[in-house]
Amino acid sequence: MMVVENTIDTFDSPSEERIAKDRYQTDAMWIYMGPQHPFSHGLWTLKVRVDGEIVTDAEPVIGYLHRGWEKEAENREYPKIIPMADRLCYSASMTYTHLYCMTVEKALGIEVPEKAEYIRIVADEICRIQSHLMWLAAVGTDLGNLTIFLWGMREREYWLDLNVRLCGQRMTTNYPRIGGVRNDTTDIFDRDVMRCTERFEKALWDLIDMIDSSSIYVSRMKGISRLTREQCANLGVTGPAMRGCGVDFDLRRDDPYGKYENIDFEVPVLTEGDTYARYMVRIEEMFQSCEIIRQAVRKINALGKNAPYRLKVPSKVPAGKAFCKLEDPRGESLMYLISDGTDKPFRLKVRAPLFTNISASRPMVKGVRVADVPAVMAMIDVCMGETDR
Amino acid sequence: MMDTEAIYQEPSVSEIKHLLENKFKGKVTVSKTEVRRVHAEILNKEDVFEVCNYIHDNLTFEHCSIVMGADMIDHLEVIYLLTNYYSGTVIEIFAKLPLDDLHVHSVALIWEGANWHERETYELFGIIFDEHPKLKRLLTPDTYTFFPFRKSYKLRGQE
Repeated sequence: MMVVENTIDTFDSPSEERIAKDRYQTDAMWIYMGPQHPFSHGLWTLKVRVDGEIVTDAEPVIGYLHRGWEKEAENREYPKIIPMADRLCYSASMTYTHLYCMTVEKALGIEVPEKAEYIRIVADEICRIQSHLMWLAAVGTDLGNLTIFLWGMREREYWLDLNVRLCGQRMTTNYPRIGGVRNDTTDIFDRDVMRCTERFEKALWDLIDMIDSSSIYVSRMKGISRLTREQCANLGVTGPAMRGCGVDFDLRRDDPYGKYENIDFEVPVLTEGDTYARYMVRIEEMFQSCEIIRQAVRKINALGKNAPYRLKVPSKVPAGKAFCKLEDPRGESLMYLISDGTDKPFRLKVRAPLFTNISASRPMVKGVRVADVPAVMAMIDVCMGETDR
Repeated sequence: MMDTEAIYQEPSVSEIKHLLENKFKGKVTVSKTEVRRVHAEILNKEDVFEVCNYIHDNLTFEHCSIVMGADMIDHLEVIYLLTNYYSGTVIEIFAKLPLDDLHVHSVALIWEGANWHERETYELFGIIFDEHPKLKRLLTPDTYTFFPFRKSYKLRGQE
């Protein structure tokens, strides 16, 4: 039997006496980073034990935003959970709503119209790009480059404008429905999307040029916090953070849902395993998302204006179990539905990618300097709404 | 006839069904298979660790997607979703826990990613994972003495 070394838990978590004692020591002490700390990007605490500049131990503390989402969902009818799913994560609302609708559709055993599937792909990829840009902007401020923050936020607004064009909302979109999407694409949506992708690819090269020419920015990421492929898989780290460590796995390609199997794209994978590799994977993913959007828009146009985009579905879901997985901007998200034949779920479990990614923060920050902790933790793109649920 | 002791990097769905049913005769039943999905039940909760260890070591399921609990009123269930990174196959495997004995062996020693999932299941359902490295409350305050996701715990307005 292969028993792994336990690296998540810290066993000398500080007791009150311990903190009192450590205060008078100069060689090692516990620092509480968070819940109100610029690096945390949400409400959580990272307790780090430092020996001089070096982090020797760490323990993440979460739960500040726990609101019993799954229990609340058990007391609502199926369509009423869609806007709740929007609020799981502010910058990945489209993917969570899509995932929820997909899970209920699987439990119902229905096929969504082809056009709706492609519209969902476009919406998901817009969501992915704007989420990655939000992350890029946050990394910029974490590492002291305010221009990246401003440029990232500026580019993000163009994608949010497309969200407005598609469904009338910038962030909590409330757009997918069980059995399709709420409305068809608007008249010149395809033209706008094409223009936006072309413009964005040029703008992204500008951003990359600026990053690569800033040696301070790059040197704070290169070579720190290395994780191996096996470590990453075992710790349950998913998404771009995992692909930067050499795990060649993307649900869109390897376990395709929707109509992703008809779309041709590449999955960026780097084997270095350091912070910079995880960073570059996300940048490259934005280019790939542009490619996916272009192909999906062509498919929507080929289907024509009068193709159906929504089905009428029964309000009661037959008793049974169903689950669906989806590649969220941050990793593998999953919903597991147990239904009992009524119009409300019996149990709805959400697997948020960040819940597991944050649990791996101890092996990630162990051995880095305390000033590099923000750079390391930024690479999992923290969002506490989905972590605490 | 496949060797149940060999290590398979990328087993197909039918191979997984065959291997699990032969290796654990009378312990595991495979109820349904779909494209890249295997649904199975562990009949006795004492075998959970052994089965999961076999799935990890011999079938190369490196990733534990979730460990979750469910309150089925007359019993509780613990459900595992395990992923193979080479083929994208997912094994859904569950075990029933009787209400008077809510103990099951932890799998956090096999997959470290299951550590927090088990802590969450413990605090919300009261399922005790034996030999878990640190079975403490994670999302709810330490002062809680109840398990809020059980069906017996009603929300306000529902009573």
